[in-house]
Amino acid sequence: MDYQDIELLRFTTAGSVDDGKSTLIGRLLYDSKSIFQDQLDAVEESSKSKGFDYVDLSLLTDGLKSEREQGITIDVAYRYFATPKRKFIIADTPGHIQYTRNMVTGASTANLAIILIDARKGMLEQTHRHAFIASLLRIPHAIVCVNKMDLVDYSEEIYNNIVSDFKAFSSKLGINDIQFIPISALNGDNVVNRSEKMDWYGGSTLMYHLETVHISSDHNLVDCRFPIQSVIRPHTLENQDYRGFAGRIDGGVFKPGDKVKSLPSGFVSTIKTIELNGEQISEAFAPMSVTMTLEDEIDNSRGDMIVRENNVPEIGQDLEVLVTWMSTTPIHARTKVVIKHTTNESIGMVKELKYKIDINTLHRIENIDKVEMNEIARLSIRTAKPMFYDAYKKNRQTGSVIIIDEQTNETIGAGMII
Amino acid sequence: MSNYVINHLKELESEAIFVIREIAAQFENPVLLFSGGKDSILLTHLAKKAFFPAKIPFPLIHIDTGHNFPETIAFRDALVEKLGVKLIVGSVQEAIDNGRAKEETGADASRNSLQIVSLLDTLEAYKVDAAMGGARRDEEKARAKERFFSHRDEFGQWDPKNQRPELWNLFNGRKNYGEHFRVFPISNWTEMDVWEYIKLENIDLPSLYFSHQRDCVVRDGVILANSEFIKLKENEEVVNMTIRYRTCGDMPITGAVESEADNLDKIIEEIATTRTTERGGRADDKRAETAMEDRKKQGYF
Ligand SMILES: Nc1nc2c(ncn2[C@@H]2O[C@H](COP(=O)(O)OP(=O)(O)OP(=O)(O)O)[C@@H](O)[C@H]2O)c(=O)[nH]1
Ligand SMILES: [Mg+2]
Repeated sequence: MDYQDIELLRFTTAGSVDDGKSTLIGRLLYDSKSIFQDQLDAVEESSKSKGFDYVDLSLLTDGLKSEREQGITIDVAYRYFATPKRKFIIADTPGHIQYTRNMVTGASTANLAIILIDARKGMLEQTHRHAFIASLLRIPHAIVCVNKMDLVDYSEEIYNNIVSDFKAFSSKLGINDIQFIPISALNGDNVVNRSEKMDWYGGSTLMYHLETVHISSDHNLVDCRFPIQSVIRPHTLENQDYRGFAGRIDGGVFKPGDKVKSLPSGFVSTIKTIELNGEQISEAFAPMSVTMTLEDEIDNSRGDMIVRENNVPEIGQDLEVLVTWMSTTPIHARTKVVIKHTTNESIGMVKELKYKIDINTLHRIENIDKVEMNEIARLSIRTAKPMFYDAYKKNRQTGSVIIIDEQTNETIGAGMII
Repeated sequence: MSNYVINHLKELESEAIFVIREIAAQFENPVLLFSGGKDSILLTHLAKKAFFPAKIPFPLIHIDTGHNFPETIAFRDALVEKLGVKLIVGSVQEAIDNGRAKEETGADASRNSLQIVSLLDTLEAYKVDAAMGGARRDEEKARAKERFFSHRDEFGQWDPKNQRPELWNLFNGRKNYGEHFRVFPISNWTEMDVWEYIKLENIDLPSLYFSHQRDCVVRDGVILANSEFIKLKENEEVVNMTIRYRTCGDMPITGAVESEADNLDKIIEEIATTRTTERGGRADDKRAETAMEDRKKQGYF
């Protein structure tokens, strides 16, 4: 294999406290031989000094002092491994409700979510919340692992019941690609190696799914979107007139010679070059970082967006968003906030709290006067200047915003534009 | 591979360049922390690509412990000259001389934690509001928890239990007076990615990374270069060995590996089969289970 030519899959864990997420990641790393001897020695040593009967693989990801003391995950840990087929970036997220915002952090960039369920406990409220958040974030692929099968005698019946419970719930979610696997993270059944204890399961292992799930169509290749990060002006004698627009492609395919339109000015021009470090690029698409030059002198700056003339995003000051609220301070109507969208930023005002969503039933709760931490709600936000955006379901980059507290500068909400 | 897919090295490059450009756009006084190691050399290379044909629009800061490999300093000076960027040197010796920092004593003394004082002093003197570094999440378990944009309070401290959420690629660099950010554009790279990319892009590295002969002392299983900074303990002897470095910190604490790998292909082959992490040879990490987290909380890179 050629290591330089493999794809990248980003995945995240989800599920309730103690369902075994960190143990599973430890097991994946261990069985795929991605753990170094000194790391393993350290984990064995600390398991022993804690008086455990077995090596606690969750210590491979739970790296903070407070996490190791309490045996829980508090913040996302990122781990990496590669097989001959793919390179993986794992975000191991916390199950505890108090740290939901860290789960959202890990999940927001993932192409795949592994949702864990403890076979003894079945679906819990946090399982609902995480599955719902994964669907809101439009993570394109999900694998539901029914874990701790060793503690329920590897029972097919228990597994089947949990699978049908999950299906009943997820039919309302709109995740297209869901797989189910019975596993034991502790013992390694069906993680990298097939289990000998569950003959009744005819499907493949978790690792096989991770290596083969089809991800190449996860980016939008239709609607051209290029938010400008900054303008490159060298101010040197040989490049006196050079004006390049630096940014990362968020959608579509751009080519030199394409007619483009610049927002908000509305001016039209033609792409002269697309380049990086002086090398010419014939086709640019997400998620490439490039520098673009145009045939005409157009006044563009950070926060502007280059799009195709006949395919423009929504332009407006009224955003309808689904948010997951992340601050201990609840949000009310008429709160002033800062909205960050692509490379653009604006002052905004929460105009209306439309409804929040009951996590267990997915029903709407209307007539609300506040949204509290970890709740999911629909808000109307008015921005001080026009924004150029798409629906989140059309484009995860141009359809997302973060909400920032004007006073503390903290990130207090994650918003998906409807 | 199908059309309109970029391979994982290109994706990591693109992500790092996006982050570097965000730093330049969101902050008034950003700097790049240049340690002289391969990761900060890689970061400098990515910064050059991000702004080409303009020069890198921020200075490099090097915290000079006075215990550097001479190769590192020579390489640094040549690189700065070639790129035409400004270099700021913060000196640990100076901090010791003026009483801001106190030298450790004993045979295992190191200036590693003294760097924190000089670093924070230098950042303050230049009113730095964002310091980017080449730390990677795969290096160490506390680093695995770090955000791309990592917030530091007015004392330069990291609060790992209360980090800002970081969603999609919307990086929130807003801060209050006196606070700053540490930013890690190559967070998602592994040691293997770094070497593969160095090969792909033909990036120059100090000779330390390639196999060479050197006088060494083996202490607690770690191969250390013999130098004026190291006090020999009883029973220790100097041996000439064939070694190379996987990471480069200070001379008295950076462990070497015995290796014949004298070119990139051999290094990549060696890493693919190695069974220890690159920081496995760093005496500074071996002081306690949470040594890295403790230092990071105080303001270490
Ligand atoms: N018997 C058995 N125990 C398991 C299995 N998987 C995990 N455990 C145990 O379950 C406990 C919790 O595991 P963790 O991996 O820390 O759970 P988590 O989902 O990461 O928890 P949070 O991150 O805090 O939400 C530990 O004691 C594990 O050893 C399994 O397959 N079988
Ligand atoms: Mg965990």
